[in-house]
Amino acid sequence: MIPEGKKKLWAKYQKEIAEDNYYYARSCIRQNFFPGSESTFLRILKGELGKSILDDPRHTTCTGIAYHTDLVPIETTMTVVARQFALMHEAGLENYVASCVTSFGIYTEILDLWHHNPEMEEKAHELLYKATKREFIKPKNLVHTSDIIYKFREEIAQKSKYRLINKETGEPLKVVEHIGCHYAKMFPHKGVGGAEYPHVLVGMIESWGGDVVDYPERRHCCGFGFRQYLVKANRGYSVSASKKKFESMAPYKPDFILSNCPGCAYFLDRWQYVIADMEGTTYDDKGYGIPSLTYEELAGLVLGYDPWDLGLQLHQVNVEPLLKKIGVEYDPDAKFSSKDGKDLGKPEKPEVLKY
Amino acid sequence: MLYEELNKDIRFEEGINSCISCGTCTAICPAAQVYPYQPRAIAETVSTKDDKLIEELLKSETIWYCGECMSCKTRCPRGNAPGLIIMALRALSIKKGLFVESEKGRQQLVLKRTIGEWSYKYGYCVHVDHLNTEMFPELGPIFDFEKKHIDAFMERVGASYHQDKPGALRKIPQEALDEISSIFEVTGAHRQFQHIEKVSAVKAKEMNLELDESGIESDYVQHIYNFSNEEDHSI
Repeated sequence: MIPEGKKKLWAKYQKEIAEDNYYYARSCIRQNFFPGSESTFLRILKGELGKSILDDPRHTTCTGIAYHTDLVPIETTMTVVARQFALMHEAGLENYVASCVTSFGIYTEILDLWHHNPEMEEKAHELLYKATKREFIKPKNLVHTSDIIYKFREEIAQKSKYRLINKETGEPLKVVEHIGCHYAKMFPHKGVGGAEYPHVLVGMIESWGGDVVDYPERRHCCGFGFRQYLVKANRGYSVSASKKKFESMAPYKPDFILSNCPGCAYFLDRWQYVIADMEGTTYDDKGYGIPSLTYEELAGLVLGYDPWDLGLQLHQVNVEPLLKKIGVEYDPDAKFSSKDGKDLGKPEKPEVLKY
Repeated sequence: MLYEELNKDIRFEEGINSCISCGTCTAICPAAQVYPYQPRAIAETVSTKDDKLIEELLKSETIWYCGECMSCKTRCPRGNAPGLIIMALRALSIKKGLFVESEKGRQQLVLKRTIGEWSYKYGYCVHVDHLNTEMFPELGPIFDFEKKHIDAFMERVGASYHQDKPGALRKIPQEALDEISSIFEVTGAHRQFQHIEKVSAVKAKEMNLELDESGIESDYVQHIYNFSNEEDHSI
């Protein structure tokens, strides 16, 4: 009886993740700051897992950032969402995969809105038809890209070239994970593990050999706050929230940060550079900072992909100390080379953060 | 009257259902840690249904402090979401033209001229072509280097930068952009943008700051993007 009860209890923290045949919706933020992560996601799905996924050039921003900077009415956002669903339906697909946590939150919110207010769904059909002559059908399965990597984490582990083990000490690497607020704080039952026990990144870290570090501000927002970052006058909000997290995680000496949301991965990388320049503080022992990775980058690393194909050279916090810890074989001289091997020179070094 | 209008916003309806004033939302709120802001106080004020108090909120800095992270939604023991109340208040503040009465509310114009316009003109809410370390210094020296060699780096990481094919940062097909523009037209986004422009132009004149018809170079836009009266916003 007890296991059955527990099974029942944990059921609400599970989510259905489709097995194959996906419609891929890219993320504005991930495309800009981690374009290699999106290439890597498709490489893993198609090349390693043999899945079918449509990369449709016709989809656009979901307008999530415009919605959360209070620029566009909810009718605009739900109609743009309806258009994306129409493109998926026209392609004969029903499993929608969003590469962005803000977008995932938007899709979840709109589906919930339509569920509770069928007249709004009817209105979305009317508005979409009026604007584009398209018809939409709601997805059968809606997931975030990390959900898929989570689902196939053991398959990835079986194909892995590296484990998240410190090569020198033989100890598991210590990892802090950051889920991103809109993944499950609004609709907990839509995220793996809910808002209380988010497991989507934990599952990957543990399957690939690392140890997850619990720390007091683990669930605190990275500080994006939409308008709070996008307008320079407000940016103190943004850096303060990340700083609170860094100070809280630093005593646990994490080897790297793993983020679910592309915005969070960017902030947790760049604010370390800013805090180092402003206050002379870095959050590791050696002054390099704590590398901040996306889960696609991490999956690519354990699979043995070239770090410079993943885009790790475009981070401000240098990832090379981490590559050395894992024992990744890589060419440091190719870090800033073009695809055909032409040397592009070197970036300017930050004043404080070692690079 | 104002309360009635607020109550028509579906987010307001979803956002509040008999607040017990426990303050859990304030304890968890990232904005409350850096700004004179309490989501609990917002819930209390709107619960009074007092139009005078609501009008004060619509003109205030207070409603612009929230980051819409929705941490409050998870923790509220009554299932309320002060973040949704804020979204409804901001929408009403814009509709009534009261957003220009606060420093933080005035920022809607620069957001409209960046995120808002980029969204329907390019199909991306942000695009690397529009970013630079002057507007966003935290992008850091690595970004300056990336921009200098943008074609090479994008090719290196498998992006389709500016190309007519699927992939990261591809050129969004014109037909898709036309459809997005059409959606913005029929759903009221373009109308709201014009309204933000119109109300902001009057305010710029009142503040004696130059405002061009477009772009982000003119004095008023630069002012709202950069200026923060720290004394007003300190705890």
